[in-house]
Amino acid sequence: MLGLNKKDTGLFLFVLALIVFAPFILNPFPESSDLARFNAGYPDLMQRFVIFGIFAIGFNILFGLTGYLSFGHAAFLGVGSYAGVWMMKLLTVNIVPALIAAIVVAGIFSLVIGYICLRRSGIYFSILTLAFAQMSFALAYSVLTPITAGETGLQLSLADPRILEAANASGTIPAANFFGLEMRSGFDWAVGDWVFTFNFGYYLCAVFMLIAFYISIRIFRSPFGMMLRAVKSNQQRMGYTGLNSKPYMLAAFVISGMYAGLAGGLMVAVDPLAGADRMFWTASGEVVLMTILGGVGTLLGPVLGAGMIKYFENIFSRLNESDLNALFGFLPDFIQAPLVTVAQMFVGDGWLMTLGLMFMLIVIFLPGGLLEGVQRLGALVSRKKKTNEPSQPAAAPAE
Amino acid sequence: MDAIILQILNGLDKGSAYALIALGLTLIFGTLGVVNFAHGALFMLGAFCAVTLNALFTLSHQVIDPSRTDFLGNPLRVEIPYLVEWFGEATGNAIIDWSVPLSILIAIPVMAAIGLAMERGLIKHFYKRPHADQILVTFGLAIVLQQVVKYFYGANPIPMPAPDAFVGTYDFGVLLGFDPFSIMYPYWRLVYFLFSLVIIAAVFAFLRYTTFGMVVRAGMADRETVGLLGINIGRRFTIMFAIAAIVAGLAGVMYTPIVAPNYNMGMNFLVLSFVVVVVGGMGSLPGAVLAGFMLGILESFASMAAVIDIVPGINQVIIYLVAIVVLLVRPRGLMGRKGVMED
Repeated sequence: MLGLNKKDTGLFLFVLALIVFAPFILNPFPESSDLARFNAGYPDLMQRFVIFGIFAIGFNILFGLTGYLSFGHAAFLGVGSYAGVWMMKLLTVNIVPALIAAIVVAGIFSLVIGYICLRRSGIYFSILTLAFAQMSFALAYSVLTPITAGETGLQLSLADPRILEAANASGTIPAANFFGLEMRSGFDWAVGDWVFTFNFGYYLCAVFMLIAFYISIRIFRSPFGMMLRAVKSNQQRMGYTGLNSKPYMLAAFVISGMYAGLAGGLMVAVDPLAGADRMFWTASGEVVLMTILGGVGTLLGPVLGAGMIKYFENIFSRLNESDLNALFGFLPDFIQAPLVTVAQMFVGDGWLMTLGLMFMLIVIFLPGGLLEGVQRLGALVSRKKKTNEPSQPAAAPAE
Repeated sequence: MDAIILQILNGLDKGSAYALIALGLTLIFGTLGVVNFAHGALFMLGAFCAVTLNALFTLSHQVIDPSRTDFLGNPLRVEIPYLVEWFGEATGNAIIDWSVPLSILIAIPVMAAIGLAMERGLIKHFYKRPHADQILVTFGLAIVLQQVVKYFYGANPIPMPAPDAFVGTYDFGVLLGFDPFSIMYPYWRLVYFLFSLVIIAAVFAFLRYTTFGMVVRAGMADRETVGLLGINIGRRFTIMFAIAAIVAGLAGVMYTPIVAPNYNMGMNFLVLSFVVVVVGGMGSLPGAVLAGFMLGILESFASMAAVIDIVPGINQVIIYLVAIVVLLVRPRGLMGRKGVMED
């Protein structure tokens, strides 16, 4: 289908199903139960899942295929956000120009930065990208305040020209829309005790993520992707065969920068506010973590990783002491009290602790990410099967 | 002229901190070949050694002072630190006053223990892994350490006093023959600068003039051969990791009176210290120190009003700009050895 082989088609359909049915999958617990606080099926979070999914897919094209660890990718996301908001301020609150501008500007920006950074590899590349991102962050906060609105963040206002739009007499800032369909429009569907929310903004972002995912599959399977993998395994040997790998690297860098720009554009499309903190180096670290957590160099990994991190970030950071007491309420008091105290270190403000621990555990024990864990489990199961029925041929090695 | 001297002096204290952290980073990279993203967290832990000791020293209890009365005529309740009670007024207060320098004594064993635990418990398993993995796992560790400190000490900066003897400023203007009050410099920053010089000199002397240091230097140059000679080079490198942790910790302890420590102070320094290491040359100790001071001073020049008027925002980006130029023009850094991580 669409130039994909059978396995990739299956993968694509799997992601498609995940995305379409996300409002159901993410809301497994009835509203009235204690566990409802673990539900993630509200629009804001679902949008973030797919937007950061795009970001991580793009990052994976660079890091997963070429092995170049960029520690400054959030800069492209930030630049895309600013470009998007400016389009919405100057032209129209229809998100199409905003998205196009976000991708184009982030692409140009990454072309310039990539051209310089890619002259070095290894840790030097990481530090160069980090330096550029920190520089953009510092500039966005200080000198570029007329463009970026500094600490307050760039947002829409009534006085914006919006030259492609009819005069606005309502006295309110028009909402971001896609040819008239507002991003925040949607409906709730109550089934018994469950409430499922369907949101237009989410599904629009989801469509973009599917396109992004499809392109990434095609890149992974293309000769171009093969070339990038060759860079990862031995760049020197590539050079000796008489092949200049620089243009390929730069192309990969720009593509992943454009993915980040698209993610930034979508972020402002669902919530028209762009702040410099999006470019801070912790944000760059987060996308690295997403990719690592899911599985570097795999197709599905970054999507799952992005979902998991954003889930933990939002759900864990919302929990507080009374939530924990309710959760552990079934235990006897003398166990509950210390358990809640310990658990409090990991939720609310302390969710970063969970993040850091997860980061370490994954890198230490599962360098291939969650997907590798699943494969190892699978291998374990199939090996057991083999010992039971020695006649059965071994399962084909997973990719 | 006096303005230039003032900027140089202003750059020195930040430069000292950069130099000390970069020195530790380089020690670790040069010996173990590990890129330690948790080094900023070690700096922060050192600072919190001082915070902890200060809190311990000022532990106090209420006693009734019969000789004084409050406004209702009742005997006055006063808080008296235990130290004052045990050692008498003068000695007790002096100990409290000098809590930051005294923290050095605590910080050395604590940081050594943390360094050893870190190396044996975690870093050891990452020698053979790619640099990316080392960066990521130490980055995770840094987050965890920060959050632990935040859990126990809160998120707000905790101001720390310098000893009374070093409060106030020194007038360099008079000393150097300029107008009085033209070059005012806080005493404590001067102390910090001298302290960092002492530490740096100590580390260099240790490496240069002791047998242990000689073996370590030999190991840095050719680990395998040293190992073949029957020397347990691994253990010596572990000790060097602990020393690097101590250096970072001491830099943190003495920095507390300059900037009130909070849990993420290390991260701000870490990114810049990495830039410093790269500018100085990966694996070059003198390079790290030189680049640390140089970039510190450069940063303070760039934040002069006259410079900002010409190039707005330059103070924010100068260090990164220098790093970019150095990496592109001379990738092995100012004093890096040829061929070390030069691709």
